[in-house]
Amino acid sequence: MENLYKLSAFEIREKILKGEVKSEDLVQKIFERIEKIDSNIGSFVSLRKEKALQEARTIDEKIKNGEKVGELAGVPVAIKDNMVSEGDKTTACSKILSNYTGIYDGTVVKKLKEADAIIIGITNMDEFAMGSTTKTSIHHITRNPWDNERVPGGSSGGAAASIAAQEAYISLGSDTGGSIRQPASFCGVVGMKPTYGRVSRYGLMAFASSLDQIGPIAKKVEDIALAMNVIAGPDDYDATVVNCEVPDYTQFLNQDIKGMKIGVPKEYFIDGINPEVRKIMDSSLEKFKELGAEIVEVSLPHTKYAVPTYYVIAPAEASSNLARFDGVRYGYRSENIENINDLYINSRSEGFGDEVKRRIMIGTYVLSAGFYDAYFKKAQKVRAKIKDDFEKAFENVDIIFTPVSPTTAFRLDDKKTPIELYLEDIFTISANLAGIPGISIPAGKVEELPVGIQLLGKPFGEGELIKAGSAFEKVRGEWELPELD
Amino acid sequence: MALTREEVLNVAKLARLKFQPDEIEKFQIELNDILGYIDMLNEVETEEVTAMTQVNSQVNNLREDIVKESLTVEKALSNAPDSGDGAIIVPKVVG
Repeated sequence: MENLYKLSAFEIREKILKGEVKSEDLVQKIFERIEKIDSNIGSFVSLRKEKALQEARTIDEKIKNGEKVGELAGVPVAIKDNMVSEGDKTTACSKILSNYTGIYDGTVVKKLKEADAIIIGITNMDEFAMGSTTKTSIHHITRNPWDNERVPGGSSGGAAASIAAQEAYISLGSDTGGSIRQPASFCGVVGMKPTYGRVSRYGLMAFASSLDQIGPIAKKVEDIALAMNVIAGPDDYDATVVNCEVPDYTQFLNQDIKGMKIGVPKEYFIDGINPEVRKIMDSSLEKFKELGAEIVEVSLPHTKYAVPTYYVIAPAEASSNLARFDGVRYGYRSENIENINDLYINSRSEGFGDEVKRRIMIGTYVLSAGFYDAYFKKAQKVRAKIKDDFEKAFENVDIIFTPVSPTTAFRLDDKKTPIELYLEDIFTISANLAGIPGISIPAGKVEELPVGIQLLGKPFGEGELIKAGSAFEKVRGEWELPELD
Repeated sequence: MALTREEVLNVAKLARLKFQPDEIEKFQIELNDILGYIDMLNEVETEEVTAMTQVNSQVNNLREDIVKESLTVEKALSNAPDSGDGAIIVPKVVG
């Protein structure tokens, strides 16, 4: 049973299906590992120990009896604290939801359960998924498993750290402006944001509805394919999920990428990228050339407007979505109330943290009478231009290659202004605005800290990203995660 | 355009939030920084562009209108801060 935690979801699944490993034993070992190492990392906000062990026993029994089991039978997975799971606490890492227990299963949770995955726990995040450090959680901070003095990234920092610390095999995160890809890069793991409309958002606590998308984080691209097979596809409960066929993503693994055209946008290779990060980008492109891909320069001229566009649209949608937190039907209610107005205002003011309030304020302002056209409508128009840039670029290339972040994981005690923090997402935000899929894959290290490359695809082109990513992993070679025990 | 203290207070009122005096000053500075940064969007010529409201061409993939099981009253009330007799209790609304 030693070192089973090092295997990929793909590999552990095979062992469980063949009866070489019992899910219950594996889940038990995983909990022992979490108990041993997670006090230093803080990936999880809560664990489903008793339920998980019980569920694992049921799966073991099914396998023993030769019954049909799902695609992730017995595999320990984790979900982010903004995905509703019946009977489990889901808080969005906010005081305003600190007493909330899921009363239904969100679609991804339901699909994981139907695939017989074992949900072992709920991972830490920035409050309401707003942030790039996982420092704004009400529960605790999460530390980067590669260096405990550094951030894991955010907002899915707990999800990425749980994979880097080998505490789970697949972890679901959510990505509104880079919240899967950036922490995956900082933690040296693989993370995919699917196309907007590929995965149901039903049961995801909304941040910015036109940008949010759930996606998987895992050790290897093969696990991303496996997870996408489970979570993608139409849903009766989310009318924004597009009704198109979901391919078997595992068929894109181990394919030849000879002749694949990879676009490199000149606007992404700007001053301000750490020169060592830049070197890793260059050597990664060389590896793609070795694989027979053709590297083509493309232009995405509105790249520099992505961050300001995002910081109009995301807060506007957030201010609207978060209006539901009024202390009436669920969530925190202030004790300091004399009338109904106090109930609304005091519950919200005491329940939301600073970053959430900041974004609600911006959102309320840009949507307010007199400013709507100047800010919100303007941003929607620039968003159209950003999307148009990608459409033009994809006329000539199959996928696009960029860095994930200009830097490696920064220090927990680094003091950054809101705008400096917003600029951390400079390379990831455009994909959310354009609704296209993106994947972050570890490519190298700078001073023992991981650096990821980002591949962006055409709408519903996740398969091409899996194909290119899986080919890249082979030429990159083995990727060892940090030893923590 | 820079936000005045009064405008910050007005936005807070619209957002159903209240702040301590020192927080208002902090928010005023931060919001003005952010809005100043967002003003960069004015460099982009958008006269002929239609505002984008949907990222996908396929919108509203609706299902058949079939009655399905929904939440029970007990479940719906289980997270309410205060409830009784199958209803949510709030302070008096009408004076």
